[in-house]
Amino acid sequence: MLVIRNLRTGYGNLEAVRGVTLHVEAGEVVALLGANGAGKSSLMKAIVGLLPPWGGEVRLSGRAITGEAPWHMISHGVVLVPEGRHILGDMSVAENLLVGGYHNPDRQLAIGEVFERFPILKSRARQPAGTLSGGEQQMLAIGRALAARPKLLLLDEPLLGLAPLIVRDVLRVVRDLRDHGVTVFMVEQNAMATLGVADRAYVLETGEIILEGRSEDLVRNPEVRRAYLGKGYKEVWE
Amino acid sequence: MRPGRRLGTSRRRERCRRPASARALPQSREGRRLSQFVQYLFYGITVGSIYAAVAIGFNLIYCTTGVVNFAQGEFVILGGMTAVTFSRYLPLPVAIAAAVVVVMGCGAGLDMAVFRRLRNPSILRMVVITIGLSIVIREAALHIWDEKARALPYFTGNETTSVQVFGAGVSPQVFWVLGVVFVMVAALHAFLKFTTVGTAMRACASDVQAAMLAGINVANMRTFVFALSAGIGALAGCVISPIAMTQYDGGASLAIKGFAAAVLGGLGNHTAAAAAGILIGLAEGFSGYLLPAAYKDAVAFAILILVLFLRPRGLFGSREVGSQREF
Repeated sequence: MLVIRNLRTGYGNLEAVRGVTLHVEAGEVVALLGANGAGKSSLMKAIVGLLPPWGGEVRLSGRAITGEAPWHMISHGVVLVPEGRHILGDMSVAENLLVGGYHNPDRQLAIGEVFERFPILKSRARQPAGTLSGGEQQMLAIGRALAARPKLLLLDEPLLGLAPLIVRDVLRVVRDLRDHGVTVFMVEQNAMATLGVADRAYVLETGEIILEGRSEDLVRNPEVRRAYLGKGYKEVWE
Repeated sequence: MRPGRRLGTSRRRERCRRPASARALPQSREGRRLSQFVQYLFYGITVGSIYAAVAIGFNLIYCTTGVVNFAQGEFVILGGMTAVTFSRYLPLPVAIAAAVVVVMGCGAGLDMAVFRRLRNPSILRMVVITIGLSIVIREAALHIWDEKARALPYFTGNETTSVQVFGAGVSPQVFWVLGVVFVMVAALHAFLKFTTVGTAMRACASDVQAAMLAGINVANMRTFVFALSAGIGALAGCVISPIAMTQYDGGASLAIKGFAAAVLGGLGNHTAAAAAGILIGLAEGFSGYLLPAAYKDAVAFAILILVLFLRPRGLFGSREVGSQREF
C-alpha cells in the first residue's frame, strides 16, 4: 500500500532521514522503532508533505505522492496523527472531530462511530479539547483522524507520556482498527509495547534502517533487546 | 455629531453638523450638557465602530495567517474611494457591493502576490512588508484618484437630516454605521461558529499543522481570509464615507487605531476586538471634555502604549493565547 524508496529529508543542512526504504502492505500494522532523534518523526512528516523531501520517492497504491501538500493526503486516504497530538485546544471536542471530517461527506456517520469507539469523547463533546487529560487527548487525536475514514493511518508516538493503562487502550484501538481493515503505520520509542501489536517492524537509527523483520523475530533479536528493550525488560514487562 | 477629527477631512462635516446641533432644544444648561454628552457619545460609537471593523479584519488575518497587516486601514479607504467612483455610474447599493467585491479581490491578490511566497517570515519582517504595502496602496490611490476628499451620498436623507436624541441632532447615517457594523460582527460570529468553512478557518487559527492534516487547504484559506478582511474593511469604509469622507491618506491612522483596538481586546477574540474598538472611539470622543480636539489621535496611541506596557494580552485575552502569540 505504502512504498517508500530511498527517502531523504532534514532541516536546514541537517539530514535527518538518510535514504530510508520500507513498505507497508494493506491490512498490516507496521511499526517504526527508534530512539530520540533517530529521524522517525521527520520520516513521518516527509511522507505527508509537512517536510519537503530531499530525494527518493513515496508511493501510495502505486501512485507517486512525493512532496505533495499535506492537505492533499486526505484525498489519498492517508491521515497522520502527529506527535504531540496537535489538538485544537480552544475548540470543543465535537468541533475537533468536525474538522477531522472536513473532507468526508459522511462525516456525521464517521463521527458517530468515533463516539461509539470512544464513549468518553461523547460525554465531553461540548468541552474545550484543551481541558481533556493526556490520554483523552490522544483518543481525540485518533478519533479526529478516524472521522476522515482513512485507509492508511499514520501514528507518530501515540504512546508518548501515557499511563500504562491508557497505553493498553491505545494498543487495543490499533488492533481493532486493523481488524476493521485500516492499515496502520506507527512510529514509537516504546518498542516492547509496540512489538506486541505490530505485524512487522523496522528499526531506525541516525536516519537509516538498521533492522527489519517480523515482530516475533525482533523481540527475540539480541540487538533489539539490548538497544530498545533494556536488559531487564523481561522482569519489568512480564 | 460633534465636529471632530477627520477620518478623511472634516471641514465639510463641520459645516453641515453645526446647524444640526444648533437646533438642539431645549436650551437650558442641563439640556445643553446632556446634548453635548450625547454628541460625544455618538461620535465615539461611530468612529469606534469603524475602528472595530478594522480591528476585526486585523484580528482575522493575524489569527489565521500570522501576518500583522498594517495595510488593513487601506482597505477601508479603497472601499470608500471605489464606491464613490462606482456610484457615478451605478445605483448606490450596487456601487457599494461592487466596491466591496473589488477590494476583496485586492485583498486576495495581496496575499497571492506577497504573503503566499513568504516562508515562516519573522513578525518584524512582516510588519515592514505590510507598512511598505500600505504606502504603495496609498500612493496608488493618490494616482488613481487625487488628494481631494470624497464622500458617498447619505444613505438616508442628506447632510442636514438629523434625528433628535436627548436634544442632540444625530445624523441617520450614524445609525447606518452602527447597524452595518453590528450586523457584520454578528454575521462573522455566526459564520465562524456554525458553518463548516468557518470551523475550518478557526482550525487554521488554532493549529495550522492540525488543519493541514485534516485536509484543509491552508494556502487557499489564507487567501480567503485576506479577502474577507478586505471586504469587512471596505464595507466599513463605505458606510462611514458620507460622514467622515474618504481621502487617500486616511488608512495609516485607521490601521494603527484598529491595531490598538485589536491589542486592547486581546488578539484572537473578535467580539472583544469590536468592543475595544468602540471603547477607543468613546475615549476619543469624550477626550473632547478635557483635551483640545487636536489631541484626539493621541488618545488611541496612549491607550496602545499603556496596554502594551501593562497588559500585553489585552483586556479580554486569555493568558494561554497571549503566551502563544508573539506580542
